[in-house]
Amino acid sequence: MRRRTVGSAAALAALALTLTACGGSDEPAGDAGGEETSAGGGETIRIGIKFDQPGLGFKDGDDYTGFDVDIARAVAEKLGYGEDQIEFVESPSKQRENLLQTGQVDMIFATYSITDERKESVAFAGPYFVAGQDLLVAADDDSISGPEDLEGKNLCSVTGSTSAQRIKDEYAAGTNLLEQPSYAECVTALTSGAVDAVTTDDIILAGLAAQPANEGKVKVVGNPFSEENYGVGLPQDNERCEDINTAITELIEDGTWQQILDDNVGVSGYQANEELNPPEVQACA
Amino acid sequence: MRALDGAYLDQFASLFETYDVPAAFWVNIKLTFFAAVLSLVLGTVLAVMRISPLPSLRWAGTSYVNVFRNMPLTIIIVFCVLGLWGQLGVTLAPDFNENFLRLAILGLAVYHAAFVCEALRSGVNTVPVGQAEAARAIGLGFLPTARLIILPQAFRGSVAPLGNTLIALTKNSTVAAAGSVAEASGLMGTMIEFRPDVIFAIFFTFALGFVLLVIPVGLLTTSLSRRLAVAR
Amino acid sequence: MSGSQSVLFDVPGPRTRRRMAWLNLLFGLVVAGIGALLLVLLARKGQLDAALWTPFLEFRTWESFLVPGLVHTLQAAGLAIIGSSVFGLVFGLGRLSELRILRVVSGTVVEFFRAVPVLLMMIFVWLALGFSGNRAIDPQDYPLIAVVTALVLYNGSVFAELVRSGVHGLPRGQREAALATGLTGPQSLRSVEVPQALIAMLPALVSQLVVILKDTALGYIITYRELLQEARQVGSGNGNILQALAVAAVVFIVINYALTKAAPWVGQRMGRRTSGRAKAEAPSLVVATRD
Repeated sequence: MRRRTVGSAAALAALALTLTACGGSDEPAGDAGGEETSAGGGETIRIGIKFDQPGLGFKDGDDYTGFDVDIARAVAEKLGYGEDQIEFVESPSKQRENLLQTGQVDMIFATYSITDERKESVAFAGPYFVAGQDLLVAADDDSISGPEDLEGKNLCSVTGSTSAQRIKDEYAAGTNLLEQPSYAECVTALTSGAVDAVTTDDIILAGLAAQPANEGKVKVVGNPFSEENYGVGLPQDNERCEDINTAITELIEDGTWQQILDDNVGVSGYQANEELNPPEVQACA
Repeated sequence: MRALDGAYLDQFASLFETYDVPAAFWVNIKLTFFAAVLSLVLGTVLAVMRISPLPSLRWAGTSYVNVFRNMPLTIIIVFCVLGLWGQLGVTLAPDFNENFLRLAILGLAVYHAAFVCEALRSGVNTVPVGQAEAARAIGLGFLPTARLIILPQAFRGSVAPLGNTLIALTKNSTVAAAGSVAEASGLMGTMIEFRPDVIFAIFFTFALGFVLLVIPVGLLTTSLSRRLAVAR
Repeated sequence: MSGSQSVLFDVPGPRTRRRMAWLNLLFGLVVAGIGALLLVLLARKGQLDAALWTPFLEFRTWESFLVPGLVHTLQAAGLAIIGSSVFGLVFGLGRLSELRILRVVSGTVVEFFRAVPVLLMMIFVWLALGFSGNRAIDPQDYPLIAVVTALVLYNGSVFAELVRSGVHGLPRGQREAALATGLTGPQSLRSVEVPQALIAMLPALVSQLVVILKDTALGYIITYRELLQEARQVGSGNGNILQALAVAAVVFIVINYALTKAAPWVGQRMGRRTSGRAKAEAPSLVVATRD
């Protein structure tokens, strides 16, 4: 009887061991957390970016690429942080305020539009770019030149997108909307002809259009129907806002800003709206 | 968590005016019903294939089950939307949104048919060999034997596992969210995002909705499986 | 009637065998035809272009994306199965308790979590963590925590039922003999019945692992970086999302198929060590609501 108890316990323990062994051997996802919850002031700086938007913020293996990422690196450098002192943290749209409020990131460069609503819970430096909601269509499609042409056509966007909602509310109520987890799915549907357009901020669309796989197949319409001021998200009680604004102004003046923009989304032929770009930074609150 | 006072309940109740919760559940019920019918048909065909005399049919049935039973449902649903519709242009309904509902039904049916097939096979195993021998002895071929003798008894013997598959299907209908279908789990996400202050009340409403959908199915199949069990 | 399929039809004679060969061929051609048609249609859409598939022959794709994704999938599944075992043991014992209140509470918890969709729980836990405003947990871990919690609540409840049905499935003599040697009821449960029930449930545990592994893929919807999500990441970078998902599907099928085959094997090896019946399947909700 006793032997049986021991035997079964051993069997379960062995099973548990095998499972932990295969589960937790290398780079546990929880590794980054815990130790470093008190960000700021230390040696490294934690910057929130998108991981899944090619051309803006994209995790490519161990490397990070995109316009937001490069601007973040340049700003961090001006603040005195070298490349190896930056820790990039994924910050999905829904969690950006939460990440800043709980101090789990020091700043966010993630297509983060400055709005009054958001200013109630977080602070912004910048803007460092002015984007506008726009449409991505097939390269040979001349029938769509703006959101009002979408009546009765198929449109794709990510679930809960404000851009798609605006089109349905203000321009073309009869638009058929396909909602997908990310823009990559939308572009796949666009290139196969299943949808006629994809909508979100123009620079995100340009990033998608600049991917080698999509080159020449899609184009940004270039008729933005909103104004999105991309700011640097900061906690409300920060001391960095002024320094970041100075850094952004310097980057714009010495041409680095333009260089970064061209490097990341230039291939798509996309031109940033010149009336609004490069933007003038707003005074810190 | 806030105390459960009147104001909290009022706020919570006002949510139902903004969001149509019953309509979202109705989508899940539709998904479940049509996918259940379709997967029952497909699953029966597969089960017959798996016990048929033709090796190629048996092989095809087995492969189908092994592939679809071991594949995450999420992938199947995404393939239905991006592959079937997005690439091959398969349209199952003229209306844009109705089309995604039907594609999701197809995906759910294809996945659960593998489980229906296995449930039926377990039912076939409860039929005594003598039944098949007797059927053969009076000169019935394979298909008449299967149709008249084996399957009717197998269905009665597999009510319990079939009921389980139906329960799993009811819960899995939420995965249709991955296929651009506006159903209950998606609505729950939206409601929580706009009203995080009543997050617990929202979750329990939806959870309870599924409990109310699932428990009757469970009770019904239990009583059915007892009533229909072939006395031996 | 297992293993007696041949009872359903005659052993084929030479003529039937010839006819069957033709039918096999015909059926094979039909299947091949459908397959070819699909391929042609996909090729016409350019989905079979070599450029879309070659990234999966590169070491980098696997090293940077798919393997880390698979590790995360296995990690979530591993944590979930450990958590489910603990949850299942606690609530399984609760349902077997001599205290009525414990039985009722455990029963309610178990039946509740078996009826709620895993995805619903995942979304809830994920959003609840996001809105909790806590500083103790890294938000990067929210998806993992949400995936594991939802899987533990559901599969733990399934395991609780396994423990209970395992104990009920033991021959009566086991408990009677234990009581006869002077053990109390709870003692008999602890050192005679449950250990045997646990061994009997090992094969079912292995089959449940397939369910857990497949359900980690729901993490796709709440941004957990599991295999499917990483495949999507590959697809985002190379514009070949369908191909990436197809590769991920094959990986899932291979792993799960191996596990499905392992369950009966474990059952055979373990069957000798318990007086209970080793089962390869989890007990059904339907049956469990009654007895």
